[in-house]
Order: sequence, then C-alpha cells, then structure tokens
Amino acid sequence: MIKLEKLSKVFETPGGGSVIAADQVSMEVPEGEICVLLGPSGCGKTTTLKMINGLIQKTSGKIWVAGCDTDEQDPVQLRRSIGYVIQQIGLFPNMTIEDNICVVPDLLGWDKTKSRRRAGELLELVNLDPGIFLKRYPKELSGGQQQRVGVIRALAADPPVLLMDEPFGAIDPINRAVIQDEFLKMQTELRKTIAFVSHDIDEAIKMADKIAIFKDGVLEQYDSPDDLLARPANDFIASFLGQDRTLKRLSLLQVQDVMFGDQVRVMARDDLEKARGLMREVGHKNIVMVGPRGRARGYLHLNDILDSTGKVEEHYQGLPATVNIRDDLRSAVSKMFRHDTTWLVCVDDEGFFKGSITQRAISHALGATYRDSDVATGAAAEAL
Amino acid sequence: MKMQILPHQERFRSRIAFGLGAILGIGLMIGERGYIGDTWRLYSEDILFLTVQHIQLVLVSSGLAILVGVPVGIMLSRPRMQRYSEAVLQVFNIGTTIPTLALLALSITLLGIGFVPAVFGLWAATLLPIVRNVFQGLRSVPDYLKEAATGMGMTPLHILRSVELPNALFVIFAGIRTAVAVNVGTVPLAFLIGGGGLGELIFTGIDLNEMQMLMAGAIPVALLSIAADWILAKAQYWLIPRGVNPLRN
Amino acid sequence: METLVFIGQNLDVIAERTVQHVSIVGVAIGLAILTGVPIGILITLNARAASIVLYVAAIIITIPSIALFGLMIPILSLIGQGVGYLPAVIAVLLYSQLPIIRNTYTAISNVDPALREAARGLGMTPSQRLRRVEIPLAIPVVMAGVRIAVVMNIGITAIAAYIGAGGLGVFIARGISQSDPRQLITGALFVSLLAIVSDYFLMWLQRRLTPASSSSRAAGPSELG
Repeated sequence: MIKLEKLSKVFETPGGGSVIAADQVSMEVPEGEICVLLGPSGCGKTTTLKMINGLIQKTSGKIWVAGCDTDEQDPVQLRRSIGYVIQQIGLFPNMTIEDNICVVPDLLGWDKTKSRRRAGELLELVNLDPGIFLKRYPKELSGGQQQRVGVIRALAADPPVLLMDEPFGAIDPINRAVIQDEFLKMQTELRKTIAFVSHDIDEAIKMADKIAIFKDGVLEQYDSPDDLLARPANDFIASFLGQDRTLKRLSLLQVQDVMFGDQVRVMARDDLEKARGLMREVGHKNIVMVGPRGRARGYLHLNDILDSTGKVEEHYQGLPATVNIRDDLRSAVSKMFRHDTTWLVCVDDEGFFKGSITQRAISHALGATYRDSDVATGAAAEAL
Repeated sequence: MKMQILPHQERFRSRIAFGLGAILGIGLMIGERGYIGDTWRLYSEDILFLTVQHIQLVLVSSGLAILVGVPVGIMLSRPRMQRYSEAVLQVFNIGTTIPTLALLALSITLLGIGFVPAVFGLWAATLLPIVRNVFQGLRSVPDYLKEAATGMGMTPLHILRSVELPNALFVIFAGIRTAVAVNVGTVPLAFLIGGGGLGELIFTGIDLNEMQMLMAGAIPVALLSIAADWILAKAQYWLIPRGVNPLRN
Repeated sequence: METLVFIGQNLDVIAERTVQHVSIVGVAIGLAILTGVPIGILITLNARAASIVLYVAAIIITIPSIALFGLMIPILSLIGQGVGYLPAVIAVLLYSQLPIIRNTYTAISNVDPALREAARGLGMTPSQRLRRVEIPLAIPVVMAGVRIAVVMNIGITAIAAYIGAGGLGVFIARGISQSDPRQLITGALFVSLLAIVSDYFLMWLQRRLTPASSSSRAAGPSELG
C-alpha cells in the first residue's frame, strides 16, 4: 500500500556540506497495517515520513502510495488523499471543530451537509459529543480532546493511507495510553494503512504491526515487534530497545498464547480419591475445582489432601487470583508476583475455566522466538 | 504597540468614553449661557465644517494606508522575501520612530502645501505600523499550522486565505488600531500644511491667544480621538472570530 | 545642498535646540518614572484600582498632543504659565504615564509565582521581596516602557514648539511659516535622528539591564503623535 524503494534525501548545509537524512530506504507497508518508524532524534524517520506526502522533496528513489507512483501525481491532490496528523496537532484556531474536521472534504468539494454529518459521526467515534463539540473552537478543548480531533480530521475524507508524525507525543502518559487504546480499537474496524513516527519504544511495541528502526538515515531493521525484540539485528538496535527488551515482549503475548488448555478438573461433589487419581495421572500437584457449568471456583493441592477423605467441597481452597485469557503476559506476571504464586488459573470473560499458566511457561515463551512459539512443552508444565 | 487589554478593562474604557460624551452633551444642552454653550454659539459652524474635514482626512489617509499596508505586509511575509525580512523589519522600526511632525515636514518639501501633501504625510505615518503588524502577524502564525495545512493538501493561496490571515487577524487589527490612533493624533497637525481640519481652531486660537477658539478645537479633537479608539476597540472585539480573539473566551 | 550649508552655519542653534528638546523630554520622563513606577507597583495590590488607573492613562494617551496643550493653556494661564516649558513638561509627563505604569504593573504582576514563593520561603518580608526580587526582575520591562515613552515624547515635544516650548520643533514651525525648506528639513532630520538614536541607546541600555537568563516581555516602541 505504501512502498518505498531506495529512497534518499540529502540536505545541503549552509556551510557547503551535505547531510544524508535518508539513505536508500526501501520498505513496504502492507494494506491495513500500522508501521511505526522508530529511532533516536535525527535518525531520518520524520524525513522519510514527510517524503511520502511530498512535504520534503526526495533526492532520489521511488514512492508508491496505493499502487500509484507519487512522481506522477500532483502533490496537492496526493496530500488530499493521504491523512496527516502532526505532533502539535495543528488544529486551526480560527475554525470551529466542525470546520477543522471538514477541511479536506471541503478542499475536495464534497457536499457540505454530507461532510458536516460525517464530522458528527467521527466525533462520536472518539467519544466526543457532537452536540457539545462541533461548534467549539480548538482553544476550548483539552489537549487530549484536541488530539482526538486531530486524528479524526485526518480520517474525514476517508483516505486509505494515514501518515502520523508523533501524533500522541504531546499528551500526558495517562491520556496517551487511553488515546492509543481508542485508536487501536478504531483501527481494527477501519483497517487503514498507517505510517507512524515515534521515538517511544513502548508506543511502537503497542501500536505496530511492523517496526522500522532507523539510525543515521539508514533503515536498520524492519520486523514485527516480537521478532525485533527477540532477535535484534545488531548491537545498536539491542541497546536502543533497552536491557529490558525481553520484559517488553510480555506485553506482546496474551495469556491464551502460553497457557495450558484442556486441563483436568473436579467438581465440588467429587471424592478426594478421584482428585488424587487425576493429579497422579497427569503428574500435577494442583487441580482446579469448577462449578456446575464450568466456572473456576477453587483448587486442591496434592500435599494437603494426601491422607484426607471426603468430598472436594470440604477441602478446597479459594483461588487467590485468576487471569483473563486475553490479558497480556505482563499483567499475568504482575498478578503472580502480587500473590506470591507460580501459577494462575485462566478464565474467559464469563469466568469459565480455560486453563492455567505458570512462571516456567512464561519464561520459556520469552526465551523462545515467535515462530517456534509452541511453548506448551512438558518441561514447562512441571510446576502444576 | 501591542496592548494587552482585558475584557473588563474594555468595558471600563467604554464607560469612561460614554461618561465624557455625556458630560459634553449636558454641557451643550444646559450650558446655554455657560462657557461651553457660549463657545458652541460662537463656533458651531466652524466646528461642524472642520469636524467633517477632520474626519475626511482620517478616513481617506488611514483607508489608503490600510489598502496599501495590508498587501505590502502580506508580500513581505512570503517565503520568497524571507532573506530581506530582517532588514525590512529594521527599516520599519526606524520608520515608526520618526516623529509624525517630521514626516509632515518632509511631505511639504516633497509635495508643497494642501490637502494632498497632508493626506500623504498622514498616510506615511499610518502605513508603517500597519505593514509592520501585518508582517509580524503573518510571521507569527506557527510553522506547524502551515505544515498541517500543506500536509492536508492546501495550496499556498488557500493557506494564506484560510489559515495565515485568519490567525494573524488579531495582530493585524491591533496594528490598524495603533495606526489609526497615530493618524487621529496627527490629523490636527494637518492644518499646518494646509490640509484643514479642527487643528485650525487650535493653532489659530494659540496664535491669537483666543481661549474659546482654542477650546472649540481642542475639545472636539479630544472627543473624536477617544471615540475613534472606542469604535476600533469595539470592532476589534466583535469583528474578530472567537477562536482567534484573546479578548473573547 | 542648501540645507547642508544651513546646517553648517547653524550648528550652535541646532545644538541649543537639541539641548532644549532633550531637557524637556529628560525632565518629564524623570518625573514620570518617579510617579509611574510607584503607581504601577501600588496598583498590583488591587485589580479594580489597576483597571481604573490604566484606563485613565489610556484615555490620556489617546488625546492628540496639540489638543492636550490646548486644553492645558486656560488652566495653566491661571498661574501665568499657559505656554512655554511647563505645559510641554506636563504633557510629556502625562503621556509617559501609560507605558511606564503599564509595564511596571505587568512586570511585577508577572513575576513567576514560584520565585515569589521561594522568596517567601527564604523568610523575606513583603517589602524585602519587592526590593530584592520583584523590582530587579521588573527593571528590563520598565525600561522598555521608558523607551516607548521617550521615543513617543520626542515627537510630541517637537509639536510643543507651537506653544513656545522651544526645541527642535522650532525649525519645523518656522520652516512651515516662512516656507523655508532648509529649516524644515533640518528640523525633521534632527528630530528624527534624536528619536532613532535615543531608541537605540535605550535598547542597548535595556539589554544591559536584562539578566542573560530572562527575556523581557515588553512591547517595542510606539508612536502616538
């Protein structure tokens, strides 16, 4: 959808020298994906982004957007077909929110009633009440609200491609996380092709389908976030990603990727004998007790019931915590530490027992790489 | 001069202006035999005639200054002129330092005596602050707004019309307000170079040591100036859209 | 050319009138600083008083100078000073109030609250705070106001030649009444030079008085004839 081929930019400096801001950059952003251009300041990521919509003239190379060579398009028309979001938001203070959102539709000569209706719909999409906000001026909005408007303004003419230059950089961390989540939710429906400049590794890992790491104008590595964290191509990338890059992968994996499913279980009315038998059979020291319809209710530990008799309901202990199968591993680990336990019961949204997860399994998953992520090996199941 | 004027002060100013107007009106009506009433009887014809002339001078010279100053300011702010802009700004700073009486004097040496040199001198004194503020106002529009506009596919003309000028409007208007204040303050001097106006009563009154004639000129001049400033303050408040008007929130 | 000859022949007169001009502006601005700065500081204590004072000053500055001279003549005539040096000084004094009061007021009320807090934390009394923190920080901004006032009033003093105050305006007045371009140009030239030189000198002084770390928020010079 966006394709760059040997794209270069050389800036002439006043002293007569020259600086290579982008050096033979080749990459492709597939349709519907978010590609984050990441790197330290001055690495050429912003220059590369701005060459795509012609805000910076390229020195050499080729750019295709939606299958068309941008050299063959009028830059003004090209820009109207690409959504653009900048760090400073850049809402026009002289226009109401409605007029700000409708800038590109108006430039394209769309029907005013149609574009104004769309402005209202877009505001609802980011949880801003159109009745309140359409007629307001930018200065009457908070930073976070302005940023949301900045994003939907870029979506107003429904462009297939979006360029975003540190779009959430100016917001405080709490609001930033909220807006990132909102944006990702929108993206699952809209499926735009997005090039997104960031200098924040955590943001990149959270937002990106693919990350492009730049250094001194050179594209150093272009990979999925997990591959990047698991296999940084060189020392620069490894140190840029940080010492804790392995921990960062925790937020990329969900509990259901790592848990052991189809676990044996007992019911309240079962005999302890049956529980002991099941545990010995699968070689685990714990077994989960479920309710009549399969919700996780509690558990038994083998050592506690070695010599006991009776029913499961007389001996079970409550679960200290459960974890949702769609939570990321980060919150699973956090819960384990908080409750000083090495395993957790995994449930779905309704609380039905789906499996369990262990510390060993998690560390094993992090040690492995994405492609051979078949982590449910026997060794990792030992702790159960 | 960029004045930071708070809205409540704006209201206060209009109250003072109104109060002064009311005092004059009362003086005119009930002071049939008083000082003001007396002066009015003696000079009402002169005052009316010269007031019209006075207002004409203001309107013609400041109107022409706006008509020329705004386009010139826009031209100077274009990227093509960038490398001259510092020098231009220096020249304009020096230009606005030159006393208006000196400008009128230079106008005489160029054009002689009469309405045209008077208008020319006033025009020159009014022009500089307008050009300077248009230029500075347009330059102070943040680059990122222009970048956002370009990135969204606006042409340079579009950007000037829909982004730069609206966002510079407050500063531009402040310049016009300052310039008109300079103009109104200088118009009484136009009499000296044969341009007419209420200055005639003041200067002749001083020369002849004729106090009533002096007052017949000075009071209307003062009131006209205050009224002009009041009108412009109101216009600045109401004409500039809420989004870019720091006086309105 | 004729003008240059005229200038060459009249250097002593030019010098004398320049001194007169500078003396009117200098005395009046000096008095304006002595009155305007304390007023500017005092009105930071009361917002209502501040808006009243600033608006009276703004109204005064709106009145054209020749009208103000005219309005003062009957009043000052009561003490036999209707024309001449005194009304010129009073007019300049009045016109200077707005820029000086306004800049003092703005500077003092804009002192970073954190600094004020720190000064209080160090145990300074309000008057120590004013003397040691607020006034030193305000000086560059006040200077900017003084600069505006000086440039504006060099022009106004030129007009004061018409009420017999002397100064460089006399060349212009006589040039007009005698239709003598030499005097006209001489007057216009020297009064402009005086304004420009003063402006640059005061700008230099303002920079000298500005601590390197803080920048002045003041407006540039203005020009109300």
